[in-house]
Amino acid sequence: MSATTSPASGFASSGLTASGLSAAQSLKASADRSGDLMTINMGPSHPATHGTVKFVLTLDGEMVRDVDIHIGYLHRGFEKMAEQGTWQQVLPYTDRLNYVSPMVNNVGYVMAVEKLMGIEATPRTQYIRMLISEISRITDHFTGLAAGALELGGFTPFLYGVQAREGLYPIVEELTGARLTTSYTRIGGLRADLPDDYEAHVMKALDEALALLSKMDKLLTKNRIFYDRMIGTGQLSQQDAIDSGCTGIMLRCTGVDWDLRKHQPYLKYDEMDFDVIIGHQGDNYDRYLCRFEEIHQSYSIIKQIFQKMPKGPIDIDDWKVCLPPKDAVYNSIEGMIAHFKLVIDGHQVPPGEIYAAVEGGNGEVGFYAVSQGNGRPYRIHVRPPCFYAMGILKKLIVGHFLSDIVPTFDTLNMIGGEVDR
Amino acid sequence: MQLFTDPILNVIAWTLIKFAGFVLVFVMGLATVLTWTERKYSALIQNRPGPNRANIGNLRLGGLFHMLADPIKMLTKEDFSPDTPNPIMFRLAPIVAFIPALMVFAVIPFGPGDQMVIANTELGILFIFAISSLNVYGAVMGSWASNNKWSLMGGLRITAQMISYEVAIGLVLCGVFMIYGSVDLQQIVVAQGQTILGFLPAWGIFTQPLAFILYLACAIAENKRAPFDTAEAESELTAGWWTEYSSMNFAVLALSEFIEIVLIGCLGATLFLGGWHIPGVSGDTPLLVALQIGAFLLKAIFLVWLQMTIRWTLPRFRYDQVMRLGWRIMLPAALANLVLTGIALTLIDRR
Repeated sequence: MSATTSPASGFASSGLTASGLSAAQSLKASADRSGDLMTINMGPSHPATHGTVKFVLTLDGEMVRDVDIHIGYLHRGFEKMAEQGTWQQVLPYTDRLNYVSPMVNNVGYVMAVEKLMGIEATPRTQYIRMLISEISRITDHFTGLAAGALELGGFTPFLYGVQAREGLYPIVEELTGARLTTSYTRIGGLRADLPDDYEAHVMKALDEALALLSKMDKLLTKNRIFYDRMIGTGQLSQQDAIDSGCTGIMLRCTGVDWDLRKHQPYLKYDEMDFDVIIGHQGDNYDRYLCRFEEIHQSYSIIKQIFQKMPKGPIDIDDWKVCLPPKDAVYNSIEGMIAHFKLVIDGHQVPPGEIYAAVEGGNGEVGFYAVSQGNGRPYRIHVRPPCFYAMGILKKLIVGHFLSDIVPTFDTLNMIGGEVDR
Repeated sequence: MQLFTDPILNVIAWTLIKFAGFVLVFVMGLATVLTWTERKYSALIQNRPGPNRANIGNLRLGGLFHMLADPIKMLTKEDFSPDTPNPIMFRLAPIVAFIPALMVFAVIPFGPGDQMVIANTELGILFIFAISSLNVYGAVMGSWASNNKWSLMGGLRITAQMISYEVAIGLVLCGVFMIYGSVDLQQIVVAQGQTILGFLPAWGIFTQPLAFILYLACAIAENKRAPFDTAEAESELTAGWWTEYSSMNFAVLALSEFIEIVLIGCLGATLFLGGWHIPGVSGDTPLLVALQIGAFLLKAIFLVWLQMTIRWTLPRFRYDQVMRLGWRIMLPAALANLVLTGIALTLIDRR
């Protein structure tokens, strides 16, 4: 597969420009008059560059001849901040990484720390962590789909997508107390168990979201205008996707069967019955369809989770890892000391380094943690899936139309908080 | 009816009255209401409440007062103009875009009889073509004088798009002239009063169904509204050729777009939906004439509604796809329609 489109599949290479020449011809013709190129800044505050990124474009008419992609506008120094507090205090920062699926980041981070400590969460906690990962994946995909529609001028499907996501946020809020800054997981457990009747609430919200999804489906998937804009644009070859380190949908859309949930099962994903959705062309349309289908897969996973979820404790029974119950803190000397040590000194993570990753909305969200055994992280590095996709973006843009940047950038689903950290 | 004894004064007076009634009240009124309707209707489609804050006293009327609040806001905003070498052209552009949009209503017949049109001229549709072609100059001047690269790109897109679709729309309407044998809009409407096959009114939509669809598509493209809004394309070109316009300059541009929506509706109703005809009714009592004027306005509003539904349902074309559609599909289809109409007319004549 090549980075340019095949004649059958797209317009990018066979498309006409205003003068009636094919794109390749007009590129060639204009090579002789390189003085006519126009440099223009797209972003950082441009409607299409949400997540804050800047494209310095060199345009030949409508054709992008060169692009310089500037990221870093949302740099907050997450990794440096993570070195200042205790292990548990890093958690709220992870909410702000991928801010449309914060709970996956929470899960990924505590899994890295737990792996370093050599402990495993209780079965119920593992199921709940899976549940919140899938809910987050759905909100993430809805955001991606909706924004994609908006960029192509489809304001109505955009609002359907956002409405579906807004319908899911109340269940996130019910669980965590916040829509976005969830901080729900704890090392060795969770902040709290599921609320009463949670299953009914989740399923109701999901059913409403899926109804809206099918509305979006009707408005977009077989719409000829939408199809023409998406098919064959932003085509990524399998080799490029692997070479650049793309994961998640960016990788799967090219036909690579790779999903951490399936191929390196964590939590209880090996007990779940679901399909890994892969595309075959690697273009925007495939990425759109993959997102669509993954929402359905996540829905089926959530159903299975509720069927299989066992009863039992949330936190592991070790006061060196999880805070002792309040009763013990107030009424026993051991409890109070354990509480004090955990809050002031933090978790005593043995020295060593570890890499743990989960399948986030955009791909592999990895945490590389180094401990020197003093209760604070020595170093934490995040592997944000979008960062690697942004590395290959230039290849997808150059040689295509200005208008194609928009859907390509969008199906890539860059999240500023994640890329810039 | 004689208002003055002097015939010239009389004509002027009646023209002004018709202008006030049709253009100022109906067209401008509808265009103004459309600024509110568009937001409210899109809100309805999109499951949200839409504008509902503006109120007088405690009276909200579903936010209807937004159409009053908007001009007040626009008039009191800073009239910003970019650092441009062509300030006069920059100021002139909204006017150039606005006036032709309003002028073309002069020849649209809104009721039965020779008097129910502002300018009773035989030029009819040719006048509309001539004047609405001027529209593109507003966009070209505005985008050039804005001294902004995004505006310029929008201007380039718009120029190519409007010129291409003007060719197609001209050919599409030729089929209608062939059927009704006139370019005078009033005569076209009168001819649509007959019936075909005994029961079907001889409206353009039945005699020229393909032309109707092509007309609607081309007209929306001409008016650069979604899905053909590549020149505005807020996600690509920020706001295209409007980017640098603010305050009332912007409002005038926006309003001229809404006026064109009404124009497309009025022209479509005239050519394809039988104008002021009410099927199965004829006569010339004053009550009936009033009803017929109402029927015409309703048909125009129906087409306006159709345009809005299209606007809020479809995503946007890419610029090269718009051009391809115009030259490779619209134009050949319009030519085919012309040829088919010619063959059909010849066959009918021979029989």
